[in-house]
Amino acid sequence: MAKQAKSTKKSKSPSKAKPSTAANTGEQLLEYYRQMLLIRRFEEKAGQLYGMGLIGGFCHLYIGQEAVVVGMMAAAQEQDSLLTSYRDHGHMLAAGMDPKGVMAELTGRIGGYSKGKGGSMHMFSREKNFYGGHGIVGAQVPLGTGLAFAHKYKGDGGVNQVYFGDGAANQGQVYESFNMAALWSLPVVYVIENNHYAMGTSTTRGSAMTEFHKRGEAQGIPGLKVNGMDVVEVREAADMAVGHCRSGKGPYILDMETYRYRGHSMSDPAKYRSKDEVSKVRKESDPIDTLRERIVSAKFGDEAFLKDLDKEVKAIVIEAAEFAQTSPEPDVSELYTDVLIEA
Amino acid sequence: MTTQILMPALSPTMTEGKLAKWLKNEGDTVESGDVIAEIETDKATMEVEAVDEGTMGKIMVAEGTEGVAVNTVIAVLLEEGEDASAITDAPASPAPVATAPEPAAAAPVSAAPVSAAPSPVAPITASPPEPDYDGPMVQMTVREALRDAMAEEMRKDDDVFLMGEEVAEYQGAYKISQGMLEEFGDRRVIDTPITEHGFAGLGVGAAFGGLKPIVEFMTFNFAMQAIDHIINSAAKTLYMSGGQMGANIVFRGANGAAARVGAQHSQCYASWYAHCPGLKVVVPWSAADAKGLLKAAIRDPNPIIFLENEILYGQSFDVPDDPDFVLPIGKAKVERVGTDVTIVAYSIMVGTALEAADALAAAGISAEVINLRTIRPIDTATIVDSVKKTNRIVSLEEGWPACNIGSEIAALMMEHAFDHLDAPVIRVCGEDVPMPYAANLEALALPKANHVIEAAKSVCYA
Repeated sequence: MAKQAKSTKKSKSPSKAKPSTAANTGEQLLEYYRQMLLIRRFEEKAGQLYGMGLIGGFCHLYIGQEAVVVGMMAAAQEQDSLLTSYRDHGHMLAAGMDPKGVMAELTGRIGGYSKGKGGSMHMFSREKNFYGGHGIVGAQVPLGTGLAFAHKYKGDGGVNQVYFGDGAANQGQVYESFNMAALWSLPVVYVIENNHYAMGTSTTRGSAMTEFHKRGEAQGIPGLKVNGMDVVEVREAADMAVGHCRSGKGPYILDMETYRYRGHSMSDPAKYRSKDEVSKVRKESDPIDTLRERIVSAKFGDEAFLKDLDKEVKAIVIEAAEFAQTSPEPDVSELYTDVLIEA
Repeated sequence: MTTQILMPALSPTMTEGKLAKWLKNEGDTVESGDVIAEIETDKATMEVEAVDEGTMGKIMVAEGTEGVAVNTVIAVLLEEGEDASAITDAPASPAPVATAPEPAAAAPVSAAPVSAAPSPVAPITASPPEPDYDGPMVQMTVREALRDAMAEEMRKDDDVFLMGEEVAEYQGAYKISQGMLEEFGDRRVIDTPITEHGFAGLGVGAAFGGLKPIVEFMTFNFAMQAIDHIINSAAKTLYMSGGQMGANIVFRGANGAAARVGAQHSQCYASWYAHCPGLKVVVPWSAADAKGLLKAAIRDPNPIIFLENEILYGQSFDVPDDPDFVLPIGKAKVERVGTDVTIVAYSIMVGTALEAADALAAAGISAEVINLRTIRPIDTATIVDSVKKTNRIVSLEEGWPACNIGSEIAALMMEHAFDHLDAPVIRVCGEDVPMPYAANLEALALPKANHVIEAAKSVCYA
């Protein structure tokens, strides 16, 4: 993960970049921008392919929430691991997985990360330490806690980042995990992506206590509320929380205040919130627009440069979409493979 | 170049919809993310957002049009510098999509050609051979055999660890892990909080991370709290990941009825887990089974359900005195050779079957007793070979009647041994009631040797 970010940085490094803070240099801001833009364009394309019937079933888009995973992953090291729910495309891109392989999984083709057998909600990359893509709300939380257990057991210095939503935060297994993580000082960052709606149920209608960063108080787990629409703030919180875990102090909870622009899944008309609410967020706190303004005003990149970046990202997404349509469906023999490992 | 905007599918099942309203008119500038139209599906009215940017060149389908098929061109977008003359006549019918599969096929079977599908009857695969062993034997209880199996594997492989309720300081609720904390320390023998769902999921996560957990459930009754992680996380992930990520994990603990512990502590889960692809389900009877199969289970890269029995824990058997003694998963054992009737059983019921076989011998009926040892994959070959000889079969288990292991055996005999059967298969099993507490009722709820004897006589028409 970190390796990927590093190598990308080298090749994309613009000459105009000027250093500012240690964690958020101009170079890094441009890299965040590139990654967030890639996620957004990728998701828009996925929505389009869904509309064409090329992607089936359920498809949950990450549009609006891009700053969370991009800022968090900027603090990750190569040995770290991550996993999330079914709203997972952005996490895979931020983990450095190939957009072609992700899109081809969405279309159910052999070139997909799971050979077309997992789909949008169930994708993995052992190579990039991305452990899913889980379709059962909240199930990734004990799994991530177990990955943290493995990091500690093996002494590899790794930290797990497990992402879940405000809805999943009400699952019992989340608190079972908090308890064990605190009891055994496991290196796990619980990243609550609070987009304010558990499908169609707002946090205030579904949660007796909506201060999610305080949800670990009973187990003594520190927590922080973060503006998840600002990648710089996310990165700063990520450095702090990941550092806490890596130094052996146990788990940390980050409550990322964010927003999803699209419905819960493609077939959700999102009638539970007003159009004004959505457009206000888009207009006033869009994570990509905010960062773009910051880049331009600090002269880390001019309009022409950013336009080139747009084109570059668009080309990656178009290539991914083409691959996802030309990669063949899995051979029928794949029906029977990967059920068990031959001992 | 112009960009065609197609009628989108907005749900897994949508094939057509009504173009309710255009929110952009010809000549309007469109940016990526702008809402351009409202479309009514069979379920709801949805907004359509633009993916590409440009100028709305031509609206091809007027608002209010009903029954617009998915993928019909509904508008054409012009790029910077283009005017409407760039629009060639777009087809009014759905645009062909190069290699698109049928969207949201209703039945999974019809989604793929079935030429490679198996015939309804899966072929019998040869089961692995029983290992030859003629070395010294040592007598030990099932409890000791389980402990030795875990300890031997933990000495060999640092990735193996044991976790569960009371496994460390208490030495195991049933004293299975006696001495293990002392030998391996609290890094590898871990007391968990009473939190089955959580620690089962944590164990699966640790297995994803490359470790080889042994997760002890105090009894499998409590594993119902954890069954989501056993099935959805452990059993399915190898498949869902296209073979990238398996879980080398053993879920073990007491299963079935103990004595006088009532309905919530006395249930056999064999058929629950035997149903699920991605798992192997092991059901030892003797101490040799327990040791040889648990070692195999720990080494196996797949998720294993290892169903023990509390009443057997204290029973003693001969076990090969060899740390390399391992039994193959998937291989049944003929415990007693006979010619007149086959009795198939697993776990504690193997003892009941042998007891019945003794009584049947006295009555002049020679019973062959098969100890299944594994119920997923089940050793069909061994059962069929026996039935070819005896032409009669009785299944025996503690579990409830509906969809039990005997049901599966009956079906397998229909498929693989129909011409060899001289009598219908009889299933001897637990009564179809939650386990009662009262001693007399509990005794009536479980199968006994005399039920097996009656069933065997019945299929022998004796």
